[in-house]
Amino acid sequence: MYSASDLKRGLKIQIDNEPYVVTEFQFSKPGKGQSLYRCKLKNMITGVIIDPTYRSGDTFQPADLAERKMQYLYNQEDEYWFMDVENYEQSVLSAEQVGDAKNYLTDNLEVEILFFGERPIGITLPNFVDLTVTKADPWVKGDSVAGDTKPVTLETGYVLRVPPFVEEGGKITIDTRTGEYVTRVKG
Amino acid sequence: MSLGSRDSPWPHEQMKLAARKRNLLLRARMVQSIRAFFIERGYLEIDTPQLISAPAPEVHIEAISAGGRYLQTSPELCMKRLLASGFPKIFQISRCFRAGERGDLHLPEFSLLEWYRTGIDYKDLMNECEALILFLSRRLSGGETIEYRGRGIDFKNPWERVSVETAFDQYASISLQRALDKGCYDKVMVEEIEPNLGVVRPTFLYDYPATLSALARLKPGNEALAERFEIYISGLELANGFSELNDPVEQRARFERELQIRAAEGKETYPMPERFLRSLEHMPDAAGIALGVDRLAMLFSGTLKIDEVVPFTPEEV
Repeated sequence: MYSASDLKRGLKIQIDNEPYVVTEFQFSKPGKGQSLYRCKLKNMITGVIIDPTYRSGDTFQPADLAERKMQYLYNQEDEYWFMDVENYEQSVLSAEQVGDAKNYLTDNLEVEILFFGERPIGITLPNFVDLTVTKADPWVKGDSVAGDTKPVTLETGYVLRVPPFVEEGGKITIDTRTGEYVTRVKG
Repeated sequence: MSLGSRDSPWPHEQMKLAARKRNLLLRARMVQSIRAFFIERGYLEIDTPQLISAPAPEVHIEAISAGGRYLQTSPELCMKRLLASGFPKIFQISRCFRAGERGDLHLPEFSLLEWYRTGIDYKDLMNECEALILFLSRRLSGGETIEYRGRGIDFKNPWERVSVETAFDQYASISLQRALDKGCYDKVMVEEIEPNLGVVRPTFLYDYPATLSALARLKPGNEALAERFEIYISGLELANGFSELNDPVEQRARFERELQIRAAEGKETYPMPERFLRSLEHMPDAAGIALGVDRLAMLFSGTLKIDEVVPFTPEEV
């Protein structure tokens, strides 16, 4: 159980059976008055933002959140299927819940799936993933100056700009936090 | 090793303090100027103990205990005992402690300027506040105006004077009486009223509900109100002053009421400040005020976070 004085940015609490994360927080106290905790809370499932004011004495349930290590299996239209690496249970996220992470999902990739109770609600990728380039224009030597980039398409369908020496069929490392090229994978 | 990297805490701390240095220099000049103002006016500077046996019992002020005693939440009780014993004009700049208060405008350890004077009431005290801030402004910013939160504030007197009831009528979606009945007074004050106060010149918000003024004298002819005021500058609450209650029987009854509410809310209850109550029957009519020194430094340095006007925050020590 949290009390109002535990409120701070990043704290995850449960309201009306939904998980919320505190995104903004302001302590106020009018002269000789009670402490007020003015918050902005983001619903971790719907993304809806609310701005309640709490008082000292208010209490909160911690949101029942847990991350489980899972393997990406496949997607079928709007459904992305994952399998728990320990007990082989399967779970599904919607395309909306997966979001931009779809750009980096390859068969058997290990990810963290966030559960609210029994319900999967989000995904955390490894910071770096290696992906195969499926489409790239050939690089002609002397054709470009240093610092130039060209667009390539990866096995997931993700298109990004990379240095001109990246070739079709090669593997590159992507930073999933920025979506940017990091390096070529040798071998 | 780069500046501020995780391996080298010193450069990071030096950079942060370098950024605060301008504010700390201004704060030092401000405190020196405050002393000059009061000494010039014949006030005696005094130092009362910070470690006390009984803080003033107020519903919403949480004392920090230390070694079987309490760190003062304000020097008010000790200063009034001096008023009762032949010290008619006194001021003090002291460190006060209140548990659980931390935010952009709050530190659990902060500085209060308090001054008390016999033979005056809260309206006289308002005039003295105007004189003090105008004096500081001339000294620190070289004029009678400052800029804060992107707006000019004119300190020339007279400042705006608005009663609490009028402020509710003017700015709030609910009347003062209904806000008190529904228990949302503080929320409405913070969200709907305070942002409108002191925006062109400072505002005195005055005549508070008696129930929100544990140590203030009630208004003759209207016992629902207390002769209490607050100063607001650019929405920032700066000071709380009042005509002092000096009836020991009435004061004891108010403290008992505050302690009962604390007990009912499951909060720690404090010992009754008996020495203070005994001295109160000898205390002449007087008015006194507590002004937040850190917040005043914020105003004159143009900073929005209280962290910027102290060398170290509680998280940094």
